[in-house]
Amino acid sequence: MDYQTGFFYFFSAVLLFSALRVVTSRNPVHAVLYLMLAFSQAAAIWLILKAEFLGLTLVLVYLGAVMVLFLFVVMMLDIRLEAVRKGFWRHVPLALVLGGLVVAELLAVLWTGFSNIQAHAVTSTSSGLVGKSNTHELGLLLYTQYLYPIQAAAVILLIAMIAAIALTLRHRKDSKAISPSQQVHVNARDRLLVVRMAPTQQAVDVAPGAAAEGAKA
Amino acid sequence: MSSTLSSGTLLAVPLAPLVGSLLAGILGTKFGGNWIGRRLSHTFTILGVAIAFLLSALTLKSVALDGARFNATIYEWMVAGGLRMEVGFMVDGLTAMMMCVVTFVSLMVHIYTIGYMEEDEGYNRFFAYISLFTFSMLMLVMSNNLLQLFFGWEAVGLVSYLLIGFWFNKPTAIFANMKAFLVNRVGDFGFILGIGLIAAFAGTLNYTEIFGKASELASLQLPGSSWMLVTVICICLFIGAMGKSAQFPLHVWLPDSMEGPTPISALIHAATMVTAGIFMVARMSPLFELSDVALNFILVIGAITALFMGFLGIIQNDIKRVVAYSTLSQLGYMTVALGASAYSVAVFHLMTHAFFKALLFLAAGSVIMGVHHNQDIRWMGGLRKYMPITWITSLLGSLALIGTPLFSGFYSKDSIIEAVHFSQLPAAGFAYFAVLAGVFITAFYSFRMYFLVFHGKERYGDNPEAHHGHDDHGHHGADQKPHESPWVVTVPLVLLAIPSVLIGFLTIMPMLFGDFLKDAITVNTSAHSSMVELAKLVHGPVALAIHALATPAFWLAISGVVVAWYMYLVNPSVPAACLSALKPLHTLLVNKYYLDWFNENVLAKGARGLGVGFWKVGDQGLIEGAVVNASWKLIGLFSRFTKLIQTGFLYHYALVMLAGLFLFLTYFVWLAK
Amino acid sequence: MNLTIGHFLGLGAILFALSVVGVFLNRKNLIVLLMAIELMLLAVNMNFVAFSHYLGDMHGQVFVFFILTVAAAESAIGLAILVLLFRNKSSINVDELNELKG
Repeated sequence: MDYQTGFFYFFSAVLLFSALRVVTSRNPVHAVLYLMLAFSQAAAIWLILKAEFLGLTLVLVYLGAVMVLFLFVVMMLDIRLEAVRKGFWRHVPLALVLGGLVVAELLAVLWTGFSNIQAHAVTSTSSGLVGKSNTHELGLLLYTQYLYPIQAAAVILLIAMIAAIALTLRHRKDSKAISPSQQVHVNARDRLLVVRMAPTQQAVDVAPGAAAEGAKA
Repeated sequence: MSSTLSSGTLLAVPLAPLVGSLLAGILGTKFGGNWIGRRLSHTFTILGVAIAFLLSALTLKSVALDGARFNATIYEWMVAGGLRMEVGFMVDGLTAMMMCVVTFVSLMVHIYTIGYMEEDEGYNRFFAYISLFTFSMLMLVMSNNLLQLFFGWEAVGLVSYLLIGFWFNKPTAIFANMKAFLVNRVGDFGFILGIGLIAAFAGTLNYTEIFGKASELASLQLPGSSWMLVTVICICLFIGAMGKSAQFPLHVWLPDSMEGPTPISALIHAATMVTAGIFMVARMSPLFELSDVALNFILVIGAITALFMGFLGIIQNDIKRVVAYSTLSQLGYMTVALGASAYSVAVFHLMTHAFFKALLFLAAGSVIMGVHHNQDIRWMGGLRKYMPITWITSLLGSLALIGTPLFSGFYSKDSIIEAVHFSQLPAAGFAYFAVLAGVFITAFYSFRMYFLVFHGKERYGDNPEAHHGHDDHGHHGADQKPHESPWVVTVPLVLLAIPSVLIGFLTIMPMLFGDFLKDAITVNTSAHSSMVELAKLVHGPVALAIHALATPAFWLAISGVVVAWYMYLVNPSVPAACLSALKPLHTLLVNKYYLDWFNENVLAKGARGLGVGFWKVGDQGLIEGAVVNASWKLIGLFSRFTKLIQTGFLYHYALVMLAGLFLFLTYFVWLAK
Repeated sequence: MNLTIGHFLGLGAILFALSVVGVFLNRKNLIVLLMAIELMLLAVNMNFVAFSHYLGDMHGQVFVFFILTVAAAESAIGLAILVLLFRNKSSINVDELNELKG
């Protein structure tokens, strides 16, 4: 076998092993770290497939941002490890069956559907433009045909940011902002108390001493 | 149309009693503030009816002697899709005769009521009602179109309801008036169907126009069936007559209607309202002549009524009930005459019967007053000594009823019997037997009543359940002797007795065989020749009276009187012996052939049961339960199951998603090749 | 032997199956659930890139680009929700998150 195939097998083995460890780790921090390993192997495989931009994007975005985010959250939450592991092995048989079924189905679909592509070997790269880098070609497509989807993707990211902030926002305790809904639902009864009183009342006799004091002061 | 009959005069005839009725009814009752008292009430109403009677008499004179006629529309009140609805009058011999009869009997009853209802609280109301009745009946008979006839028809039904239930605190009276109204409704349903058919196929409700189209209608068939149209129309119209004129089986209301005061029994249920059906059939004679099936039907129904109602009269103990069943039987006679195409004979009997039956009812009322409101004839007897005028007039009335020669009833009844004898229709045989047997029965029950009331042992003190009726005069005790009624009661009796005796003798020739009813009644003499044959037989009133001695009817009547005399005067133990010997038959008769039982338990209970069934099963069960309630309950049931799918666990949802994905994959890969 | 598309597709399939198994096995740990979802997305991306390479079509890689974007956004929001949940319930046990049940 040539070294390309060998590299592929090596990277995919590590990938699958680390994926397995992600789902079976006791410690969530370990799980995150294994996930980072898995993504890095995937990036390497994509390099084999001559999609270097995407592979490096994977490293930058996923390993650099998303996984770091995961780590932050995992370390921030105070999780008790013992309680988490109970009842794990009970569901393994069903899970294995399901997993096996999924694999079988996917392989059945993909292999029977695309068996004739096996003849199409890795010769030329995309669209006959030999010599251009992956980045160049991706850019050519993105900024012409996919211009609108790029804008939409940008908006999605904006919304994600706003959503994450809005969800976890804790208001300042000394903020004077008012909820408009609460304001509108106010009842006169909550604000005003009508008391019936006689229009006139007998004046209370003040003691002469107190009156004199008052006059002096 | 003749210039001698003015529409103003004719309009005044029904309107005068109406005005009287409104004055007495509104001003004289609590409704209008009790402005006028009793004297004024009865003055206004009697004045109204008297004016009506005078004008009717004048009209009759014009019609009979001068040949005047009137047929015009007074007021057109609506035109709906080509159908004209009008108020109009048609005055010919038939109408003029009816007008006179109605107003005369009404006037007599009005005067009589002054005495009879003297101590009743509802005095003014009663006068208002009987005047209103007079107005309605006059509108009915003077009408020139079916719609106004129907208006009058319904109005007399309404006033009858009001009057039967006059003593509205009495439960039996309320039961009776509802029964009368409902049974009449059944008849009216047929009547409306008939009118509707006429309106649909002739396009008009006016008599003259209908009769003009009669020959066209004769060839039509009812769409969708093989029945001749005229047959269906005539049978439907006759069903209306069956209701109003109390023919079997819609006769059940008449005996119950005796719950009302006696004056109205005389006015409405003897002389006028019940004759409306007979009048209507006679009026529609051009149509009825076109259908032999309808005429046969009329014959059968009339014959059954004539005979079987007579049987029921034999065993009655209430004086008014005897006369009521007698009325039913005589109405059967009139109907039989109609069926034999002897319309003028039927109308003639209508007239004579009005007089002597009203007389008999009013006399019965006088007797009731005399024995302090006891109505049971078992506790009367020997009253001829105490109430001579009532006695004589009753005797005259009874003789007229049984058909004694020279009395008016004889002429009309005998003509009916002979006319039926000559009729060629298939049912005429049975009808002839029925009317002939009815003569014996009529004589028997009439004179049973007469002997028990006016002759024999004086039993008025023996009544174990002596009661004083609704209006206690303050007369107490059964030892009070019977007394003659005041003149306001006896004068009408005398005035009614005169025509009961004379009118038959005087009017038979012009009415039956002269020109008096010629243009009012149409007979197809070639097919239905009974009148023609009758004309050959009858040469004059005296001749007819002499000829009667040779007929079986006369001897049957005599034997009826003799048997009654024997059983109730000579040997009073015979009735009891007959009773025990014929117990089952007696039970059948006492229960009025179980018709009332049938009506109450099968029809009425059935209708109520149907209503309850529709309510419980249809409305509550089906509509509310199965449609309305079931929809939300079903949704609830469905939701209760579907909500179990929402476990709240993420992995369950993921599992379902995966399973769905798996299924889709399977489908698209393996099955949708 | 040469690398065929089948290798990459098989890799993607197995990776996907592993992450599905991870979803079911981790009833107690919500964070691992989120990570398993990231793995699923990675498996899909693998498929896209493989197809893009073997069919010679750049559109597959463009799609991967967008999937990356959306996955990043989704994991950010998912983690924010996780933080909120932990704030309110002091637990990341998935079995306890059944208050939305019918």
